[in-house]
Amino acid sequence: MTKAKVKVAAAWFALMLAGFILINVLVVVGVVDTFIENMLVTIGINIILATGLNIIIGFSGQFSLGHAGFMAIGAYATAIITSSLPTVLGFYVSMLVGIVISVIVAIIIGIPTLRLRGDYLAIATMGAAEIIRVVINNLKITNGAAGMYNIPPLAGWPTVYVMVCLTTIMLCNFAHSRSGRAVQAIREDEIAAEAVGIAPTKWKLAAFVLGASTAAIAGSLHAVYIQTITPTDFGIMNSVSLLIIVVLGGVGSMTGTFIAAIVLGVLDTVLQSFGTLRMVIYALALILIMVFKPSGLLGRYEWSFARFFTKKEASHE
Amino acid sequence: MHTFFQQTLNGLSLGSIYALLALGYTMVYGIIKLINFAHGDVYMLGAFWGYYVINTYHVNFLVALVSAMVVTALAGMLIEYLAYRPLRNSPRITALITAIGVSYFLENGMSFLFGANTRNFPQAITQHNYDVFGITVSNIQILILVTSLVLMVLLQLIIQKTKMGTAMRAVAVDPEAAALVGINPDHVISFTFGLGSALAGAGGVLIGLYYNSIDPLMGMTPGIKAFVAAVVGGIGSIPGAAIGGFLIGLLETATQAVGLSAYKDAAVYVVLIVILVLLPTGLLGKNVKEKV
Repeated sequence: MTKAKVKVAAAWFALMLAGFILINVLVVVGVVDTFIENMLVTIGINIILATGLNIIIGFSGQFSLGHAGFMAIGAYATAIITSSLPTVLGFYVSMLVGIVISVIVAIIIGIPTLRLRGDYLAIATMGAAEIIRVVINNLKITNGAAGMYNIPPLAGWPTVYVMVCLTTIMLCNFAHSRSGRAVQAIREDEIAAEAVGIAPTKWKLAAFVLGASTAAIAGSLHAVYIQTITPTDFGIMNSVSLLIIVVLGGVGSMTGTFIAAIVLGVLDTVLQSFGTLRMVIYALALILIMVFKPSGLLGRYEWSFARFFTKKEASHE
Repeated sequence: MHTFFQQTLNGLSLGSIYALLALGYTMVYGIIKLINFAHGDVYMLGAFWGYYVINTYHVNFLVALVSAMVVTALAGMLIEYLAYRPLRNSPRITALITAIGVSYFLENGMSFLFGANTRNFPQAITQHNYDVFGITVSNIQILILVTSLVLMVLLQLIIQKTKMGTAMRAVAVDPEAAALVGINPDHVISFTFGLGSALAGAGGVLIGLYYNSIDPLMGMTPGIKAFVAAVVGGIGSIPGAAIGGFLIGLLETATQAVGLSAYKDAAVYVVLIVILVLLPTGLLGKNVKEKV
């Protein structure tokens, strides 16, 4: 590792630590009450989901509309396992089980459907997620339409924060690795990528499975934080709201996804007092942003400490 | 055998509504490659308009149907003008998100203005049940089937025989070449939205009469199922959308009839995925070869 790389890694680590300490101080001082903590955790879970979806949509260019289905798998795995093993260990075991099931389901769905293109893929993945939801709605082990409740509270905001950092590091490293470049080459031109020896189906599937596994993590966190889950929490509209975060932030920009998740999370909380009007304002804001800034808030811009440091050095010379 | 025919009739009635909606999806997709998510909500607007004119002005059913078609056609053209036209040259995903935004806006706007509660649709036509060879047929079912078939034939005539219809087909094949021969694509797209929305509005009034209850979120699920119908039939193909609509209606009724009503939505999506994997462009879709 070169000196510059160490510096960049240290800067990122310092940023994460600073964020953690900041929230901690705010909790101790009392600025962050249960209401705001709830908002922060929801934002965190949405970040995990939306960054995973951004790998699928933004980096591999595959239009998936079924992300909530994988979230449901994680959430139900945790709810079922922690009901008989209500310990922190049980929670992590259940998270792992959720990831494994989610990966298997993603492979089963992905192999046939990833051959489809654009809107067809979107509609097929949406259908697949709905099938997952209908099955959960009718199984005995998942308690049907009534859902699971009294899930032990095994994770607070620190767990969610750490998980946000871990999944983001993993996804960003994937995006910047050789595999990530292969996936982005497929997005730009599938035939050209195939011509230089990249197997499109294999790499599309890899991105899809990666996104699905992070969605399962988010589902597990959702289950233990909210403590009640029903099949209706994972419907089409939930997949759509994740898609909105990705597109609003800028397809292919992780920084944008972070900002969009935070902006929408805060907007949602602020507008809470408006009642029904809240969704009308939300919808109007969405249409206006899309009409006037079609590439999302940040386009494909990405914040990078590496570039920041080199720029500073260049200005010194 | 008796139950079979009874269920087939029920399936065809439901399917004709899906077919009316699917026609709008398929026309819009064929011409600007946009999944118009707000289409299901235009259908809701049609149902609410029917509810309003029948309750307030005590008009008969035919007036309610035709006026609902005019109102929803105007609404569809307005939506296209305000929300989709500025995005004509931006990525398709952006237009899709905008369509979702319009859908949210219509659903929540209607809930905000008129309340989210479910209403009873006024009985503009009293229901009579007839007994034909042991099968119960209601006059409303006949009305739905006849109205949708008449509308589908009319649509086919407009598309095949009129000048505007020819222009629509031209723009769907190649918008730039169509513009070169003197067709204004904006007018044609606007007309397409009007035509599709009018069919959706008619579907809304008919479903109000059939199920007897309407609410601001009623368009969501039928909208998605009608889109599935359009994809199954081969998106962009008019007869395909009609066939797809009837197929989905029959399939849903059949799943219910064999006692799996909890899985009726899943059955629709399983068929969708199977058809997409086996015939990626649907039953009647054109298979376009990929060029390097």
